[in-house]
Amino acid sequence: MSKFLKFTLAAGFAISATAVFAGDFGLGRPALPEEIAAWDVKIMPDGRGLPEGSGDVWTGDEVFAENCAVCHGDFAEGVGNWPKLAGGWDTLDHEDPLKTVGSYWPYLSTVWDYVNRSMPFGNAQSLSNDEVYAITAYILYSNNLVDEDFTLSHENFAEVEMPNAGGFIVDDRAETEYAKWTGEPCMENCKDEVKITMRARVLDVTPDVEEAEAAEAEPVAVAVAEPEPAPEPEVAAVDPALIEAGEKVFKKCKACHQVGEGAKDRAGPQLNGVMGRAAGSVEGFKYSKALMARADEGLVWNEETISAFLANPRGYMKGTKMGFAGLKSEEDQAAIAAYLSSFAD
Amino acid sequence: MSETFKGKSTSRRGFLRGAAAAGAGALAAGAAKAATPDPLIVEPQPWAQGLGEGVDVTPYGLPIQFENDVVRRNVDWLTADTISSINFTPIHALDGTITPQGCAFERHHSGAIELAKDDYRLMINGLVDTPLVFTYADLERFPRENHVYFCECAANTGMEWAGAQLNGAQFTHGMIHNMEYTGVPLRTILEEAGVKTEGKWVYVEGADASSNGRSIPMEKALDDVLVAFKANGEALRKEHGYPVRLVVPGWEGNMWVKWLRRIEVTDAAVQSREETSKYTDTLEDGTSRKWTWEMDAKSVVTSPSPQAPITHGTGPLVISGLAWSGRGAITRVDVSKDGGKTWETARLAKPGERMALTRFYLDTTWDGTEMLLQSRAMDETGYVQPTKTQLREVRGLNSIYHNNCIQTWWVKPNGEAENVEVS
Repeated sequence: MSKFLKFTLAAGFAISATAVFAGDFGLGRPALPEEIAAWDVKIMPDGRGLPEGSGDVWTGDEVFAENCAVCHGDFAEGVGNWPKLAGGWDTLDHEDPLKTVGSYWPYLSTVWDYVNRSMPFGNAQSLSNDEVYAITAYILYSNNLVDEDFTLSHENFAEVEMPNAGGFIVDDRAETEYAKWTGEPCMENCKDEVKITMRARVLDVTPDVEEAEAAEAEPVAVAVAEPEPAPEPEVAAVDPALIEAGEKVFKKCKACHQVGEGAKDRAGPQLNGVMGRAAGSVEGFKYSKALMARADEGLVWNEETISAFLANPRGYMKGTKMGFAGLKSEEDQAAIAAYLSSFAD
Repeated sequence: MSETFKGKSTSRRGFLRGAAAAGAGALAAGAAKAATPDPLIVEPQPWAQGLGEGVDVTPYGLPIQFENDVVRRNVDWLTADTISSINFTPIHALDGTITPQGCAFERHHSGAIELAKDDYRLMINGLVDTPLVFTYADLERFPRENHVYFCECAANTGMEWAGAQLNGAQFTHGMIHNMEYTGVPLRTILEEAGVKTEGKWVYVEGADASSNGRSIPMEKALDDVLVAFKANGEALRKEHGYPVRLVVPGWEGNMWVKWLRRIEVTDAAVQSREETSKYTDTLEDGTSRKWTWEMDAKSVVTSPSPQAPITHGTGPLVISGLAWSGRGAITRVDVSKDGGKTWETARLAKPGERMALTRFYLDTTWDGTEMLLQSRAMDETGYVQPTKTQLREVRGLNSIYHNNCIQTWWVKPNGEAENVEVS
């Protein structure tokens, strides 16, 4: 079929049947079934695409505490600015509605799909199908939508009703807005008077760029300054260039780990003073069983152990929560060790 | 003088310093007479005597040091983490319409990933005759097109729903960029795989951990969507989806999937996280609009504005800004200096182009009195950009996305400007 004819036909069909005819460039190659299975993990709202499996609320409670609670809270209530997954029921018509899975999400398939493909943050695609069912069941439980003895599976998935399933309408701007705001606008005497009713400066939430830049500049200047006598011998011994290189490599770690002034635990523990410290010793952080077992054996983080861990996290410590593929380059490993050793407790 | 203006500051303090240094002479309108010869003219300057850098110094250039404040900025309190967050284009400091890639806003859901061309694969599957896998090199062998389009985050101006909040055009309107894209029409790729008649939607997702999947109706997919690999003539930047992103002209930026890895033809919308829990618009009665894809006509004065105050005193003043519409070309922009009582029509730098930024200018004379500056865009459908009051009458106060209201800057007699709301 000629190119011209093909386009004409396709354009004609686009409105009624949206039929498009096969192209003739012969580019690409057929996708293999295994490849499609690996990438096509989407779940349709009617549950199509769900794998076989199940998980109950109690298992979900445990898996959630281990993998999700650091950001979303033990009861899915959210930590700080991280998303709240539970609560907010009947707030959608209030000022500042609280949109959670329970109060807002119209389809349960969205929860399963998103947890399965994108969570936990910084360690996506690490959960088993049953764990995803269990987490989904726990989120439902946190929203008072199921009882504590509930088990979610591919078989009963479609029976779960989401409270806000009927709360959505398809974009109606064409009917409700466009006619209203069309036509020749007023050019003169459009209002009797104009008064300022609100000023941004009163709220004063705009970032102060000068201050922020000054604050950022300071620690950098310290890091590259001539080494000064310091109480921690490791700090003085480390090459400033290596520290700088390590700072760059550390970008790969930042999704889960903070270091420096005010560093807090996130998906991973804060790393101030990690070099020379016993493994598993950040108070309040929930380590994996695997890491705590090694800690009991007396594992201490130093350049050698941290490099070995980073080279192949799951190989070095089977069962670690750290969802990081690893740093192959020995230079990068040394740079990270140097960078981390520049932060004392 | 040169010292004072070297590091143009974006902050209020910086502005006040600049204004004071500009001094009384600048405030007198018309051509000021020099009392003493300007040393920059009468004395030989180092750059006119010595030598500059050679051609081997800068294989790939960045802006000169004096422009180092023209950068993307982040608002810390907005999100829990900078990895899943947004920053803002410095539109207050740019002119023309094309956004340089290096300062074009970024929005990631799992961070900007590094994906090499050699590791890139694009799959098309679902309701197609032949599911296919393409390499990057394959994509470069399809006939390609060039188009300039704006990409605006649906949340642009979202923080301003409840009231004037952020003091600067960069922060109120900077979730937008405008680039010339080179890419293959999505239609060509759909044709190559052969779409089955029951295929009504196209689900697109990225290679990053968030995948950011979105459903696009087939009609749009066959119309003007591009599978793009170049922007402004060069490879996409990492933060904009290198090596391949989707370009969905006129529609909300969240649909412009970056690191595009999979296109699936489906019989229904997938109802992904990004099209249900996010990017939906809750109205006053608690119901929410979904599938609000198009970005309505909008404009903003970029200068003068809070980060770009008037520092030259009275006399000739160029009021400048940007206008755009996701439903076609901008046909007209009006500017008001008195908060919307009277309007005058601005000059468009070029005739408006469909789904691309349009630059407007109002060449005027400032008498030093305060102004309540506004701009109002109209597009080829006849739509007129609404006021915030008009938007709130229909949608209430609880929306986040699609705030295309008329913006007001209060320009004071000293030239300083502030983000305000007016009656």
